[in-house]
Amino acid sequence: MEYVIEMLNIRKEFGNFVANDNITLQLKKGEIHALLGENGAGKSTLMNVLFGLYQPEAGEIRVKGKKVNISNPNVANDLGIGMVHQHFMLVPPFTVAENIILGKEPIKNTMVDIKSAIKKLKELSVSYGLDIDPNAKVSNISVGMQQRVEIIKTLYRGAEILIFDEPTAVLTPQEIVELIQIMKNLVNEGKSIIIITHKLKEIMEVSDRVTVIRKGKGIKTLVTAETNENELASLMVGREVSFKTDKIQSNPTEETLTIKNLNVKDNRGLLAVKNFSLSVRAGEIVGIAGIDGNGQSELIEALTGLRKVDSGVITINGRDTSKLKPRKITEIGLGHIPSDRHKHGLVLDFPMPENYVLQTYYKKPFNRSGILNFAEINKKAKQLAEEFDVRTPSEKALARSLSGGNQQKAIIAREVDRNPSILIASQPTRGLDVGAIEYIHHRLIEQRDKGKAVLLVSFELEEIMNVSDRIAVMYEGNIIDIVDPKMTTEQELGLLMAGKKLEPKGESAHE
Amino acid sequence: MNSTLKSILVPIVAILLGFLVGGIIMILCGYDAILGYQSLFNGIFSNSYFMGESIVKITPLILSGLAVAFAFRTGLFNIGVEGQFIVGWTAAVYVGTHFEGLSKVVHLPLAILAAAVGGALWALLPGILKAYLRVHEVVVTIMMNYIALHVTNWFIQEKMAAGGGTNTSERVFQTASLSWKQFSDWTAFSRLHWGILVALIAALIYWFILEKSKVGYELRSVGFNHHASQYAGMNVSKNIILAMLISGAFAGVAGAMEGLGTFQYAAVKGGFTGVGFTGIATAFIGANTALGVVLASFLFGGLQFGSLNMPYNSQVPTELVAVVIALIIYFIASNYSIRTLLDKIFTKGAK
Ligand SMILES: Nc1ncnc2c1ncn2[C@@H]1O[C@H](COP(=O)(O)OP(=O)(O)OP(=O)(O)O)[C@@H](O)[C@H]1O
Ligand SMILES: [Mg+2]
Repeated sequence: MEYVIEMLNIRKEFGNFVANDNITLQLKKGEIHALLGENGAGKSTLMNVLFGLYQPEAGEIRVKGKKVNISNPNVANDLGIGMVHQHFMLVPPFTVAENIILGKEPIKNTMVDIKSAIKKLKELSVSYGLDIDPNAKVSNISVGMQQRVEIIKTLYRGAEILIFDEPTAVLTPQEIVELIQIMKNLVNEGKSIIIITHKLKEIMEVSDRVTVIRKGKGIKTLVTAETNENELASLMVGREVSFKTDKIQSNPTEETLTIKNLNVKDNRGLLAVKNFSLSVRAGEIVGIAGIDGNGQSELIEALTGLRKVDSGVITINGRDTSKLKPRKITEIGLGHIPSDRHKHGLVLDFPMPENYVLQTYYKKPFNRSGILNFAEINKKAKQLAEEFDVRTPSEKALARSLSGGNQQKAIIAREVDRNPSILIASQPTRGLDVGAIEYIHHRLIEQRDKGKAVLLVSFELEEIMNVSDRIAVMYEGNIIDIVDPKMTTEQELGLLMAGKKLEPKGESAHE
Repeated sequence: MNSTLKSILVPIVAILLGFLVGGIIMILCGYDAILGYQSLFNGIFSNSYFMGESIVKITPLILSGLAVAFAFRTGLFNIGVEGQFIVGWTAAVYVGTHFEGLSKVVHLPLAILAAAVGGALWALLPGILKAYLRVHEVVVTIMMNYIALHVTNWFIQEKMAAGGGTNTSERVFQTASLSWKQFSDWTAFSRLHWGILVALIAALIYWFILEKSKVGYELRSVGFNHHASQYAGMNVSKNIILAMLISGAFAGVAGAMEGLGTFQYAAVKGGFTGVGFTGIATAFIGANTALGVVLASFLFGGLQFGSLNMPYNSQVPTELVAVVIALIIYFIASNYSIRTLLDKIFTKGAK
């Protein structure tokens, strides 16, 4: 059989830590090959080795049967390997076309020949069904569009083999459907694809074969058609995983968070949250469903004190917090898992222990009259890492060196450990493996069962349906309806999210 | 190879490479490199006077390096250390030439404090503009340097000059002076003064604030990621201003070393002293750590002073030392290639 890429017995170490331990991955021409593994299993590391960002300590790489030494990404490019990173590498003030040709500009009479570049881009865009506007500025286009730009960038450089590292984690459901179509077009044109994703459904839908790795070791390569989601999940985690979140009937008591007639403006000064009212009671999880951009982020920022409230009242534990500073609100009893963990959740260049005390460093026992007690801080870090199973290369590793999923677990550990009366979780499982998702859902429900209030904001319908006790659907800054997940289907939610109110059914009435 | 070892080895290799390439340049220019370095070395260590004067040169560099490094660790580029230094110098001398009759335990600390406050206030405006209006501190601090130079010149000329057409202030009172007769006796009448102790204490304070204190934790956090810090409830604007104030205070105290120690007066200046700008280099070479800045200042101050001896003993012009210093900075800046070089050497050795 013809393999375009063979990675044989690859070993990659970081100091004393072995991130890849004799992993073998073989990619056939024209196939979509999924790479599956828990958070921190070593998937990104393996792909970075293939792309020339890391040098392996042992093992060999063959491209079309020939042994190669990929010492840097330029070599990878020349070998026809292109990578679409999870965090895009684009220059925001440049146009789409400028970004794509950057570093490989066509030259005519000593000038950059942008016209012929645009012509070539249009051809690429038509032949692969990748809809882009070459003249748009990258800072003005959607995340899905930015991803298409990244894909065209690799094609423009002549990539035959494309690596996608968690491409769907940042996309809306609609954009995911489009991406899957694009990938199918690409293999029809003879390209080969390696895709990393945690979503088993996507793997089943799009891939031809799957390689599963666990804790740095290669476990198995399977033909997708001969396996199923359950087998994949248990291979990857090493135990059975349940997809349905078990929970007892909620038992809500008094109102913990009350929002009344809230109005909040976005950055352009337009009302993003309009006359919004909602209450979350102790002992229940309220989910906010909705398509991205319907005021969810402005709502959360207002609740957490990061954005000015235009008018209206927010009450937490009986106190009006609408004009208070973030720290005050935190102290009154709010916990927040932000959706952008790199920007808002962690200080990436801090060691993990210092990240665990980001909101509590000024309190006892971490702070004694202005001097930090690092023994206590390290103790807390150790306790949280153990309790929440955060896997780090070392106890004092920088947050930057953790895998994406472990970074998220660390944030959740920190917020849940403060035991807030109301926990706001925004996209808490983005980029997490199924085991970790199960775990985090379990934690959210545990908070609820301890009598805390939880507000869950997510674009994942499945997550919203599984975890919430009530679902508020947000549309254009307001709640279009509040429904009971047990009485609603995903289709109905989808309609509500698109702004179509359902026929009255009786029981799903407003509170 | 482990990373702490590497971070120590990289600057050492860079320094050695700097000397090596500097030597090659000397040879290419027709000078005797061995003799050149010998006279440089002798210019620092051959007698107690040279050693004393080297330390005099090193003292303010430690403080200006700490000033730059502090800002850098908190996410700011303080290019205005030179200006804050000049203001600190003037403030120290102003207090030092007034308040006759105070006892030394009050007068000297008061004069140093005045320098710290002067430097801090000079850094306040760039801090405020950055914190509230997002005006980039580099531009503002550079402009503040020129304002400092001319305003202090005017102040010294008009308010402090001893009169009779001089443009130099009176000498500071003994009670505000850092000098000590014993030092000058031991070092053949060099201007060595207590300032080196002040500078080393400042390095300790620097370390303590950044690594141990609550305030330092906040400052570093805001410096690394002000979004996450804001989410965690820290006051970002307050921390930016505080960082500039502390950085400016270090710079101001550097000025006090000149005003109360080395020179004991303030004079109208024709241009910048360079102390603040050299601080950028020492902070950089010292990797913004307290110990690193102290060591880098010893290297720089030593080289700068020792080089004065080179033309006499070896005909090598002092400018070549400036070239060596520039080379060291260059090699440290290209530390990435040195790291890969070290990796190559060590993995080969391991196999
Ligand atoms: N530069 C680095 N230095 C030290 N350790 C690292 C570094 N990069 C990754 N690691 C460690 O190697 C392991 C594998 O990380 P990697 O990013 O490959 O995981 P992953 O499988 O992509 O996980 P995720 O699904 O969470 O993205 C993790 O434990 C991580 O902490
Ligand atoms: Mg990854």
